[in-house]
Amino acid sequence: MRRTLLFLPGNNPGNVQSGGVFEADGIILDLEDAVSPLEKDAARLLVARALTTVDYRKSEKIVRINPLAAGGAKDIKTIVPCEPDALLLPKVESVEELLHQIELIEQSERDGQKPVMIMPLLETPLGIAKANEIAMAHKRIVALCLGAEDYTAALGTARTKEGTEIFLARSLVANAAAAANIDSIDTPFTDVQDEDGLIKDTILTKSLGFKGKLSINPRQIDTIHQVFSPTQKEVEWAKRVLYAIDEGKRKGSGVIAVDGKMIDAPVVMRAKRTIELAELLNVSEEVEI
Amino acid sequence: MNAKVGQAGTLESNDIMITVSEAPVGTGIAIRLTSSVLPQYGPMIHATLETVCKNLGVNDAEIVAVDKGALEYTIEARLSTALLRAGIVTEEVMLS
Repeated sequence: MRRTLLFLPGNNPGNVQSGGVFEADGIILDLEDAVSPLEKDAARLLVARALTTVDYRKSEKIVRINPLAAGGAKDIKTIVPCEPDALLLPKVESVEELLHQIELIEQSERDGQKPVMIMPLLETPLGIAKANEIAMAHKRIVALCLGAEDYTAALGTARTKEGTEIFLARSLVANAAAAANIDSIDTPFTDVQDEDGLIKDTILTKSLGFKGKLSINPRQIDTIHQVFSPTQKEVEWAKRVLYAIDEGKRKGSGVIAVDGKMIDAPVVMRAKRTIELAELLNVSEEVEI
Repeated sequence: MNAKVGQAGTLESNDIMITVSEAPVGTGIAIRLTSSVLPQYGPMIHATLETVCKNLGVNDAEIVAVDKGALEYTIEARLSTALLRAGIVTEEVMLS
Protein backbone atom coordinates (compact mmCIF):
# COMPACT_ATOMS: atom_id res chain seq x y z
CA MET A 1 0.00 0.00 0.00
CA ARG A 2 1.60 3.25 -1.15
CA ARG A 3 -1.04 5.96 -0.86
CA THR A 4 1.55 8.51 0.26
CA LEU A 5 5.31 8.69 -0.15
CA LEU A 6 6.61 11.69 1.78
CA PHE A 7 9.83 13.46 0.76
CA LEU A 8 12.16 14.46 3.61
CA PRO A 9 15.39 16.43 3.00
CA GLY A 10 18.28 14.03 3.57
CA ASN A 11 20.66 16.48 5.22
CA ASN A 12 18.29 17.78 7.87
CA PRO A 13 18.52 15.67 11.05
CA GLY A 14 15.28 17.08 12.47
CA ASN A 15 13.35 15.96 9.40
CA VAL A 16 15.20 12.71 8.88
CA GLN A 17 14.61 11.45 12.41
CA SER A 18 10.93 12.44 12.58
CA GLY A 19 9.92 10.54 9.44
CA GLY A 20 8.14 7.80 11.38
CA VAL A 21 5.65 10.05 13.16
CA PHE A 22 3.82 11.34 10.09
CA GLU A 23 2.19 7.97 9.31
CA ALA A 24 2.89 8.21 5.59
CA ASP A 25 2.84 4.83 3.87
CA GLY A 26 6.42 5.54 2.85
CA ILE A 27 9.08 8.15 3.53
CA ILE A 28 11.62 9.21 0.93
CA LEU A 29 14.91 10.38 2.40
CA ASP A 30 16.07 12.68 -0.37
CA LEU A 31 19.71 12.86 -1.41
CA GLU A 32 18.98 14.56 -4.72
CA ASP A 33 17.13 17.85 -5.20
CA ALA A 34 16.77 18.63 -1.49
CA VAL A 35 20.54 18.57 -0.88
CA SER A 36 23.04 21.15 -2.16
CA PRO A 37 25.96 19.77 -4.20
CA LEU A 38 28.45 20.67 -1.46
CA GLU A 39 26.53 18.69 1.16
CA LYS A 40 25.92 15.45 -0.75
CA ASP A 41 28.64 13.62 1.21
CA ALA A 42 27.18 14.71 4.56
CA ALA A 43 23.61 13.79 3.59
CA ARG A 44 24.71 10.37 2.34
CA LEU A 45 26.27 9.48 5.70
CA LEU A 46 23.41 11.00 7.71
CA VAL A 47 20.81 8.97 5.80
CA ALA A 48 22.94 5.83 6.05
CA ARG A 49 23.17 6.17 9.84
CA ALA A 50 19.46 7.02 10.10
CA LEU A 51 18.45 3.89 8.20
CA THR A 52 20.18 1.68 10.72
CA THR A 53 19.06 3.50 13.86
CA VAL A 54 15.83 5.50 13.40
CA ASP A 55 12.49 3.72 13.88
CA TYR A 56 10.30 4.58 10.89
CA ARG A 57 7.48 2.45 12.28
CA LYS A 58 5.23 1.14 9.52
CA SER A 59 6.48 3.53 6.84
CA GLU A 60 8.36 2.02 3.92
CA LYS A 61 11.96 3.33 3.93
CA ILE A 62 12.87 4.76 0.54
CA VAL A 63 15.92 6.80 -0.46
CA ARG A 64 16.04 9.00 -3.55
CA ILE A 65 19.61 8.78 -4.79
CA ASN A 66 21.39 11.03 -7.29
CA PRO A 67 21.78 10.18 -10.98
CA LEU A 68 24.90 8.09 -11.65
CA ALA A 69 26.59 11.10 -13.26
CA ALA A 70 26.12 13.11 -10.07
CA GLY A 71 27.24 10.79 -7.29
CA GLY A 72 24.61 8.07 -7.64
CA ALA A 73 27.17 5.25 -7.55
CA LYS A 74 28.51 6.50 -4.20
CA ASP A 75 24.95 6.77 -2.92
CA ILE A 76 24.27 3.16 -3.88
CA LYS A 77 27.49 1.87 -2.30
CA THR A 78 26.82 3.69 0.97
CA ILE A 79 23.04 3.38 1.26
CA VAL A 80 22.22 -0.11 -0.01
CA PRO A 81 24.00 -2.06 2.78
CA CYS A 82 21.93 -0.07 5.31
CA GLU A 83 18.81 -1.89 4.07
CA PRO A 84 16.39 0.69 2.73
CA ASP A 85 13.22 -0.97 1.47
CA ALA A 86 13.56 0.74 -1.89
CA LEU A 87 15.54 3.28 -3.89
CA LEU A 88 13.82 5.99 -5.91
CA LEU A 89 15.88 6.46 -9.07
CA PRO A 90 15.55 9.96 -10.56
CA LYS A 91 15.18 10.94 -14.21
CA VAL A 92 15.11 7.41 -15.58
CA GLU A 93 15.07 7.53 -19.38
CA SER A 94 16.31 4.16 -20.58
CA VAL A 95 16.16 0.52 -19.67
CA GLU A 96 19.93 0.12 -20.16
CA GLU A 97 20.68 2.83 -17.62
CA LEU A 98 18.13 1.40 -15.22
CA LEU A 99 19.54 -2.14 -15.46
CA HIS A 100 23.03 -0.78 -14.86
CA GLN A 101 21.84 0.90 -11.67
CA ILE A 102 20.13 -2.31 -10.55
CA GLU A 103 23.37 -4.21 -11.19
CA LEU A 104 25.25 -1.76 -8.94
CA ILE A 105 22.57 -2.17 -6.28
CA GLU A 106 22.84 -5.97 -6.39
CA GLN A 107 26.62 -5.73 -6.07
CA SER A 108 26.31 -3.50 -3.00
CA GLU A 109 23.94 -5.75 -1.07
CA ARG A 110 25.34 -7.74 1.80
CA ASP A 111 24.94 -11.52 1.87
CA GLY A 112 21.48 -12.42 3.13
CA GLN A 113 20.19 -8.88 2.92
CA LYS A 114 16.56 -8.29 1.94
CA PRO A 115 16.66 -7.23 -1.73
CA VAL A 116 16.28 -3.49 -2.25
CA MET A 117 13.29 -2.68 -4.43
CA ILE A 118 13.28 -0.10 -7.20
CA MET A 119 11.01 2.84 -8.02
CA PRO A 120 11.90 4.63 -11.26
CA LEU A 121 10.96 8.31 -11.26
CA LEU A 122 9.89 9.43 -14.72
CA GLU A 123 10.35 13.17 -15.07
CA THR A 124 11.37 13.81 -18.66
CA PRO A 125 9.49 13.47 -21.96
CA LEU A 126 11.83 10.64 -22.97
CA GLY A 127 11.24 8.79 -19.70
CA ILE A 128 7.47 9.13 -20.11
CA ALA A 129 7.70 7.92 -23.70
CA LYS A 130 9.44 4.77 -22.44
CA ALA A 131 7.16 4.20 -19.45
CA ASN A 132 6.04 0.75 -20.63
CA GLU A 133 9.47 -0.77 -21.13
CA ILE A 134 10.81 0.83 -17.95
CA ALA A 135 7.90 -0.51 -15.87
CA MET A 136 8.54 -4.05 -17.14
CA ALA A 137 12.34 -3.90 -17.13
CA HIS A 138 13.06 -5.84 -13.91
CA LYS A 139 11.31 -7.84 -11.21
CA ARG A 140 12.65 -5.48 -8.51
CA ILE A 141 10.55 -2.61 -9.84
CA VAL A 142 7.58 -2.16 -7.52
CA ALA A 143 6.29 1.28 -8.49
CA LEU A 144 6.48 3.82 -11.27
CA CYS A 145 6.51 7.46 -10.14
CA LEU A 146 5.78 10.67 -12.03
CA GLY A 147 7.72 13.87 -11.42
CA ALA A 148 5.85 16.61 -13.24
CA GLU A 149 7.93 19.67 -12.38
CA ASP A 150 11.02 18.66 -14.38
CA TYR A 151 8.77 17.08 -17.01
CA THR A 152 6.83 20.26 -17.76
CA ALA A 153 10.05 22.30 -17.73
CA ALA A 154 11.51 19.97 -20.36
CA LEU A 155 8.26 20.07 -22.28
CA GLY A 156 8.48 23.85 -22.33
CA THR A 157 5.15 24.50 -20.71
CA ALA A 158 3.88 25.94 -17.45
CA ARG A 159 2.78 23.71 -14.59
CA THR A 160 -0.81 24.49 -13.58
CA LYS A 161 -3.02 23.32 -10.73
CA GLU A 162 -5.54 21.95 -13.24
CA GLY A 163 -2.82 19.72 -14.66
CA THR A 164 -4.03 19.73 -18.27
CA GLU A 165 -0.40 19.81 -19.43
CA ILE A 166 0.40 16.53 -17.64
CA PHE A 167 -2.78 14.62 -18.49
CA LEU A 168 -1.05 12.45 -21.09
CA ALA A 169 2.00 11.81 -18.88
CA ARG A 170 -0.21 10.80 -15.98
CA SER A 171 -2.24 8.44 -18.14
CA LEU A 172 0.84 6.85 -19.66
CA VAL A 173 2.46 6.26 -16.25
CA ALA A 174 -0.72 4.88 -14.68
CA ASN A 175 -1.30 2.60 -17.65
CA ALA A 176 2.30 1.36 -17.85
CA ALA A 177 2.31 0.55 -14.14
CA ALA A 178 -1.04 -1.27 -14.35
CA ALA A 179 0.22 -3.27 -17.33
CA ALA A 180 3.28 -4.31 -15.32
CA ASN A 181 1.14 -5.01 -12.25
CA ILE A 182 3.05 -2.52 -10.09
CA ASP A 183 2.00 0.64 -8.26
CA SER A 184 1.73 4.03 -9.93
CA ILE A 185 2.57 7.07 -7.82
CA ASP A 186 1.58 10.55 -8.96
CA THR A 187 3.57 13.78 -8.85
CA PRO A 188 3.29 15.93 -5.69
CA PHE A 189 0.82 18.79 -5.34
CA THR A 190 3.23 21.59 -4.58
CA ASP A 191 1.02 24.31 -3.05
CA VAL A 192 0.95 23.15 0.57
CA GLN A 193 -1.37 26.01 1.56
CA ASP A 194 -4.11 24.95 -0.87
CA GLU A 195 -6.07 22.17 0.83
CA ASP A 196 -8.98 22.27 -1.64
CA GLY A 197 -6.57 22.13 -4.54
CA LEU A 198 -4.89 19.07 -3.01
CA ILE A 199 -8.23 17.30 -2.63
CA LYS A 200 -9.24 18.02 -6.24
CA ASP A 201 -5.83 17.00 -7.56
CA THR A 202 -5.79 13.76 -5.56
CA ILE A 203 -9.33 12.84 -6.66
CA LEU A 204 -8.18 13.32 -10.27
CA THR A 205 -5.07 11.25 -9.55
CA LYS A 206 -7.17 8.40 -8.17
CA SER A 207 -9.63 8.59 -11.05
CA LEU A 208 -6.77 8.13 -13.53
CA GLY A 209 -5.81 4.87 -11.86
CA PHE A 210 -2.89 5.92 -9.66
CA LYS A 211 -2.40 4.00 -6.43
CA GLY A 212 -0.76 6.83 -4.52
CA LYS A 213 0.82 10.25 -4.56
CA LEU A 214 4.18 11.75 -3.75
CA SER A 215 4.01 14.33 -1.00
CA ILE A 216 6.27 17.21 -0.03
CA ASN A 217 4.72 18.15 3.30
CA PRO A 218 3.43 16.08 6.25
CA ARG A 219 0.26 18.24 6.27
CA GLN A 220 -0.79 16.58 3.00
CA ILE A 221 -0.74 13.02 4.35
CA ASP A 222 -4.19 12.78 5.96
CA THR A 223 -5.94 14.38 3.00
CA ILE A 224 -4.32 12.07 0.46
CA HIS A 225 -5.04 9.03 2.63
CA GLN A 226 -8.70 9.96 2.87
CA VAL A 227 -9.04 10.25 -0.89
CA PHE A 228 -7.26 6.95 -1.53
CA SER A 229 -9.01 5.02 1.23
CA PRO A 230 -12.34 3.37 0.41
CA THR A 231 -15.30 5.28 1.76
CA GLN A 232 -17.99 3.58 3.83
CA LYS A 233 -20.28 3.79 0.80
CA GLU A 234 -17.71 2.04 -1.40
CA VAL A 235 -17.17 -0.68 1.22
CA GLU A 236 -20.91 -1.27 1.52
CA TRP A 237 -21.23 -1.49 -2.28
CA ALA A 238 -18.31 -3.96 -2.41
CA LYS A 239 -19.92 -6.13 0.27
CA ARG A 240 -23.21 -6.15 -1.66
CA VAL A 241 -21.39 -7.18 -4.83
CA LEU A 242 -19.58 -10.06 -3.15
CA TYR A 243 -22.77 -11.17 -1.39
CA ALA A 244 -24.68 -11.10 -4.68
CA ILE A 245 -21.97 -13.18 -6.36
CA ASP A 246 -22.13 -15.79 -3.56
CA GLU A 247 -25.91 -15.87 -3.75
CA GLY A 248 -25.83 -16.18 -7.54
CA LYS A 249 -23.44 -19.12 -7.35
CA ARG A 250 -25.60 -20.80 -4.71
CA LYS A 251 -28.76 -20.39 -6.77
CA GLY A 252 -27.04 -21.07 -10.07
CA SER A 253 -28.08 -17.70 -11.52
CA GLY A 254 -26.44 -16.76 -14.80
CA VAL A 255 -26.70 -12.97 -14.64
CA ILE A 256 -26.16 -11.09 -11.39
CA ALA A 257 -26.98 -7.44 -10.76
CA VAL A 258 -26.46 -5.00 -7.88
CA ASP A 259 -28.25 -1.66 -7.77
CA GLY A 260 -29.62 -2.44 -11.23
CA LYS A 261 -26.17 -2.86 -12.77
CA MET A 262 -24.79 -6.10 -14.11
CA ILE A 263 -21.87 -7.56 -12.18
CA ASP A 264 -19.05 -9.03 -14.23
CA ALA A 265 -15.52 -10.17 -13.46
CA PRO A 266 -13.80 -6.73 -13.44
CA VAL A 267 -16.46 -5.38 -11.07
CA VAL A 268 -15.95 -8.35 -8.75
CA MET A 269 -12.20 -7.75 -8.85
CA ARG A 270 -12.70 -4.08 -7.92
CA ALA A 271 -15.05 -5.07 -5.09
CA LYS A 272 -12.53 -7.57 -3.72
CA ARG A 273 -9.76 -4.97 -3.90
CA THR A 274 -11.94 -2.47 -2.04
CA ILE A 275 -12.64 -4.97 0.75
CA GLU A 276 -8.99 -5.98 1.00
CA LEU A 277 -7.92 -2.35 1.26
CA ALA A 278 -10.63 -1.58 3.81
CA GLU A 279 -9.57 -4.54 5.95
CA LEU A 280 -5.93 -3.57 5.66
CA LEU A 281 -6.70 -0.02 6.72
CA ASN A 282 -9.47 -0.83 9.16
CA VAL A 283 -11.28 2.14 7.66
CA SER A 284 -14.91 1.49 8.55
CA GLU A 285 -14.89 4.88 10.29
CA GLU A 286 -13.29 6.73 7.38
CA VAL A 287 -14.95 10.01 6.55
CA GLU A 288 -16.25 10.34 3.05
CA ILE A 289 -14.90 13.35 1.17
CA MET B 1 52.92 22.05 6.98
CA ASN B 2 49.24 22.87 7.45
CA ALA B 3 47.20 20.40 9.49
CA LYS B 4 44.31 18.72 7.70
CA VAL B 5 40.99 20.26 8.76
CA GLY B 6 37.40 19.23 7.99
CA GLN B 7 34.03 20.53 9.08
CA ALA B 8 30.50 19.11 8.88
CA GLY B 9 27.06 19.80 10.30
CA THR B 10 25.15 22.99 11.01
CA LEU B 11 24.04 25.10 13.96
CA GLU B 12 20.37 24.25 13.39
CA SER B 13 18.48 22.42 16.10
CA ASN B 14 18.91 18.61 16.15
CA ASP B 15 22.29 19.03 14.46
CA ILE B 16 25.89 19.36 15.59
CA MET B 17 28.73 21.28 13.92
CA ILE B 18 31.98 19.43 14.13
CA THR B 19 35.44 20.68 13.15
CA VAL B 20 38.24 18.14 13.10
CA SER B 21 41.96 18.86 12.84
CA GLU B 22 44.77 16.44 12.40
CA ALA B 23 46.94 16.20 15.54
CA PRO B 24 50.54 15.00 16.07
CA VAL B 25 50.98 11.29 16.63
CA GLY B 26 50.67 10.32 20.27
CA THR B 27 48.57 13.31 21.35
CA GLY B 28 45.32 11.31 21.42
CA ILE B 29 41.77 12.55 20.84
CA ALA B 30 41.18 16.04 22.26
CA ILE B 31 37.53 17.12 22.39
CA ARG B 32 36.17 20.62 23.00
CA LEU B 33 32.40 20.40 23.30
CA THR B 34 29.77 23.12 23.60
CA SER B 35 26.18 22.09 24.22
CA SER B 36 23.09 23.44 25.93
CA VAL B 37 22.56 19.95 27.32
CA LEU B 38 26.15 19.46 28.44
CA PRO B 39 25.35 18.39 32.02
CA GLN B 40 22.87 15.74 30.86
CA TYR B 41 24.42 14.48 27.64
CA GLY B 42 28.03 15.70 27.63
CA PRO B 43 29.51 12.31 28.63
CA MET B 44 27.39 10.51 26.01
CA ILE B 45 28.46 12.91 23.25
CA HIS B 46 32.13 12.55 24.28
CA ALA B 47 31.82 8.77 24.25
CA THR B 48 30.16 8.78 20.81
CA LEU B 49 32.88 10.98 19.33
CA GLU B 50 35.61 8.77 20.80
CA THR B 51 33.92 5.58 19.58
CA VAL B 52 33.64 6.88 16.00
CA CYS B 53 37.35 7.78 16.02
CA LYS B 54 38.27 4.37 17.40
CA ASN B 55 36.12 2.50 14.87
CA LEU B 56 37.69 4.43 12.01
CA GLY B 57 41.25 3.91 13.31
CA VAL B 58 41.79 7.57 14.20
CA ASN B 59 44.07 7.83 17.24
CA ASP B 60 45.06 11.48 17.18
CA ALA B 61 42.76 14.40 16.40
CA GLU B 62 41.42 17.66 17.76
CA ILE B 63 37.64 17.86 17.69
CA VAL B 64 35.61 21.01 18.26
CA ALA B 65 31.89 20.23 18.51
CA VAL B 66 29.00 22.67 18.88
CA ASP B 67 25.92 20.61 19.70
CA LYS B 68 22.35 21.74 19.09
CA GLY B 69 20.58 18.69 20.42
CA ALA B 70 21.84 16.09 17.96
CA LEU B 71 20.96 12.44 18.43
CA GLU B 72 23.69 9.82 18.43
CA TYR B 73 23.26 8.89 14.76
CA THR B 74 23.71 12.53 13.73
CA ILE B 75 26.85 12.90 15.85
CA GLU B 76 28.29 9.77 14.24
CA ALA B 77 27.43 10.93 10.71
CA ARG B 78 28.73 14.47 11.16
CA LEU B 79 32.05 13.37 12.70
CA SER B 80 32.51 10.77 9.95
CA THR B 81 31.88 13.45 7.31
CA ALA B 82 34.30 15.88 8.97
CA LEU B 83 37.00 13.19 9.11
CA LEU B 84 36.42 12.39 5.42
CA ARG B 85 36.55 16.04 4.44
CA ALA B 86 39.77 16.50 6.40
CA GLY B 87 41.28 13.56 4.57
CA ILE B 88 42.03 11.87 7.89
CA VAL B 89 40.03 8.81 6.81
CA THR B 90 39.23 7.56 3.32
CA GLU B 91 35.95 6.42 1.82
CA GLU B 92 37.29 2.88 1.64
CA VAL B 93 37.86 2.86 5.40
CA MET B 94 34.43 4.41 5.97
CA LEU B 95 32.65 1.72 3.96
CA SER B 96 34.66 -1.22 5.27
